[in-house]
Amino acid sequence: MATISPSTAEIVRQSGVVPGAEYLLEVSDVRKAFPGVLALDDVSFRLKRGHVHALMGENGAGKSTLMKIIAGIYTPDSGSFKLKGQEIKLTSPLDALQYGIAMIHQELNLMNSMTVAENIWIRREPLNSLGFVRHEEMRRRTKALFERLDIPLDPDAEVRDLSVANRQMIEIAKAVSYDSDVLIMDEPTSALTEREVEHLFKIIRTLKAQGKGIIYITHKMNELFEIADEVSVFRDGRFVGEHAAADVTRDEIIHLMVGREITQMFPKETAPIGDVALSVRDLGLEGKFRGISFDLRKGEILGFSGLVGSGRSNVAETLFGVTPATSGEILIDGKQIAIRNPGVAMDAGMAFLTEDRKESGCFLLLDIMANMQMALLREGYATAGFVKERVIEALCLQQKNRLRIRTPDLEEPIINLSGGNQQKVLIARWLMIKPRILILDEPTRGIDVGAKAEIHKLISELAGQGVAVLMISSELPEVLGMSDRILVMHEGRMTGIVDRKDATQVRIMELASQ
Amino acid sequence: MATDTSTASSPSAAETPAAGRRRLPPELSILGVMIGMMLLFEVLGWLFVGQSFIANPLRLKIMILQESEIGIIAVGVTQTIIIAGIDLSSGSVVGMTAMISASLAQAADAPHAVYPALTGLNPIFPVAAGLLCGLLVGVVNGWLIAYTKIPPFIATLGMMVSARGVANWYTNGQPIGNLTDSFAEIGAGWWPVIIFLGVAFIFHIALRYTRYGKFTYAIGANPLAARVSGINVERHTVLVYMFAGLLSGLCGVVHTARAISGQAGVGMGFELDAIAAAVIGGTSLSGGVGRMTGTVIGAIILGILTSGFTFLNVDAHYQEIIKGGVIIAAVVADQYRQRRRKSV
Repeated sequence: MATISPSTAEIVRQSGVVPGAEYLLEVSDVRKAFPGVLALDDVSFRLKRGHVHALMGENGAGKSTLMKIIAGIYTPDSGSFKLKGQEIKLTSPLDALQYGIAMIHQELNLMNSMTVAENIWIRREPLNSLGFVRHEEMRRRTKALFERLDIPLDPDAEVRDLSVANRQMIEIAKAVSYDSDVLIMDEPTSALTEREVEHLFKIIRTLKAQGKGIIYITHKMNELFEIADEVSVFRDGRFVGEHAAADVTRDEIIHLMVGREITQMFPKETAPIGDVALSVRDLGLEGKFRGISFDLRKGEILGFSGLVGSGRSNVAETLFGVTPATSGEILIDGKQIAIRNPGVAMDAGMAFLTEDRKESGCFLLLDIMANMQMALLREGYATAGFVKERVIEALCLQQKNRLRIRTPDLEEPIINLSGGNQQKVLIARWLMIKPRILILDEPTRGIDVGAKAEIHKLISELAGQGVAVLMISSELPEVLGMSDRILVMHEGRMTGIVDRKDATQVRIMELASQ
Repeated sequence: MATDTSTASSPSAAETPAAGRRRLPPELSILGVMIGMMLLFEVLGWLFVGQSFIANPLRLKIMILQESEIGIIAVGVTQTIIIAGIDLSSGSVVGMTAMISASLAQAADAPHAVYPALTGLNPIFPVAAGLLCGLLVGVVNGWLIAYTKIPPFIATLGMMVSARGVANWYTNGQPIGNLTDSFAEIGAGWWPVIIFLGVAFIFHIALRYTRYGKFTYAIGANPLAARVSGINVERHTVLVYMFAGLLSGLCGVVHTARAISGQAGVGMGFELDAIAAAVIGGTSLSGGVGRMTGTVIGAIILGILTSGFTFLNVDAHYQEIIKGGVIIAAVVADQYRQRRRKSV
């Protein structure tokens, strides 16, 4: 394969002729496995010069993994890369940058206490013969760059004083400053207002005109039709289709995204639905979500669906008092309660299994029993401060047997357990306080199929005993299989509540990506 | 499905061969270090000085008495480290409470008493004043850390400077003498040792068997999970620093009674020795791990080092150099233990 020098490429580009390689980037048969998950299964992807190529798919479909591979952050297990027709191999993000592939991450990676110019030229500062930074030159280059992109920012401003949107612009300018041909944008509009999005699109169009290829990850349908030329859809680590954005409809894309059949059964046994246990009226948390209203009845499982970042977990945290609400009211058994902290929520009969086992669930340094009893301890079980070890140990053993937690004994450090068993210990922590309202945030994330089925059965049993269950899950089949009703959220607002009988994957995805 | 799940979880059972067997207490290894050190000094003693290190009750008594004061603070400092904090103010609080308790413990015939109207008091008063001041400082430390969210290092560093300032300001740096005999009793004979071991025992029990202890470890291991479990993390943090302050106050009182005078400079550097005792004893600076028994042994190891080197006529400067090395070695060992734990 002939090597094209940058100058030749430049001439070809300016002449307007489609260069030898039609595609800027070709990725073939990429496979990547993480422990327990096949994240990408023989995926291929092609990016044309001067095109915006959108990537769509549910959470966990493999979009981000593929992008991280293209940006050199992950190394694929197998597969080949061609950049402008040339075979390449990426071993680090720096490698990718040198080949002209730059990624703009969802979470911004700027240094807040440094200036805009310093951030853009970090590691590449223009130096004088003594090795000192030539600030004037750096400023000049930044200005030139900003002019090209039509970004009205002061190169000397400190990043900490800028809005999220402006920081996003800096990230883009930085990526462009590497003279990258391939720009990867991971949900760049998630924190932008409409006007800022317009500006971003203007920049993207400028870049397109300059012959750059842009990979654009998004969950938003309207953006797709506004900015993208092509769209590739991913599902469960597989590539399921590529279309020109002009000849595909919104419904077709949704079908591609959720197309799988429900392969596993999630049995929700029908339970008698009782009185309203939890009633939420116009609940809001400044900057996170607003206008959430629903009733949750005894024996009912209310599913919470929506894309990552739609505010589902924030609602759960607010209900439990981890981040107290800034507006609206919460009624438990018809009584209004100001849930200022988790203690208040627990006193009202609530329990909350958090989303992130390691972050906010497990005490990894402590043993199983210490982990299990932590919520129970504030309910009593102590005489003059001394914990009734025997009573508690008996209760813990009971839970261990009930949930079939596989461990030789309760003194085992929890870190030695598998993910599924850790999750069971945390569920046991909450079952021990006999909650009347149980909030579960991703109760089966990252655990094996067997434990998953057991947890589903348990949730169903609890509902049968009259516990009101609120279950957040990113897995549509799980939500559809387990829930009596499903509340769908999008960007901090609820977009609808769907009854079990009307709930389909397509319906939920429509509401989630409105 | 049943067979599916049992195979899925069997590897986790296989990974833990130690399971089911009785676990050895983690202090055993540092107890071994302590005994090894004593034996080393014993051998070196016979080689270079021609006498026994261990078979000298007086030396051992002096050593234990010296370390008891550090030990009393270390009991509190250990708990602040378990909740992933630190208390740098303890040494200064010793100085401050030493001055305050001494000023209320002066004999009736003391010339130039700080409070001429308050001389010849029952020792209850100076003791109570010292403890109360320590406790208050602890509450301020805890409040700053829990509610203003400033790092414990900074909060207690500030308090360290301020408390020393109070100690110096109190009498313009003048020592306070002529203390009553009944007050001096508190520091006489084996009392400091008894007090040290007493508070160590109390907090050993508290950490292991009470809700206070369980919450302390929980907060150190994962403050977010502790909060979600309904623990009032802020209030508990104040409580832990309050106890640390109280124990610093107790140390101030004991030291003053032992020295039979109050001096503004006492306790200088005690905080570092206390932290060292805790760390040598296996308390992890990243929180969630640590036991009182370890801290007691850690304090004794520090004592053995000082006493042993003095016994061997090693220059005081060399002693410091080596002591620093031992502290660093203890933290390196802690890091190593943690890395191994994570790789499980």
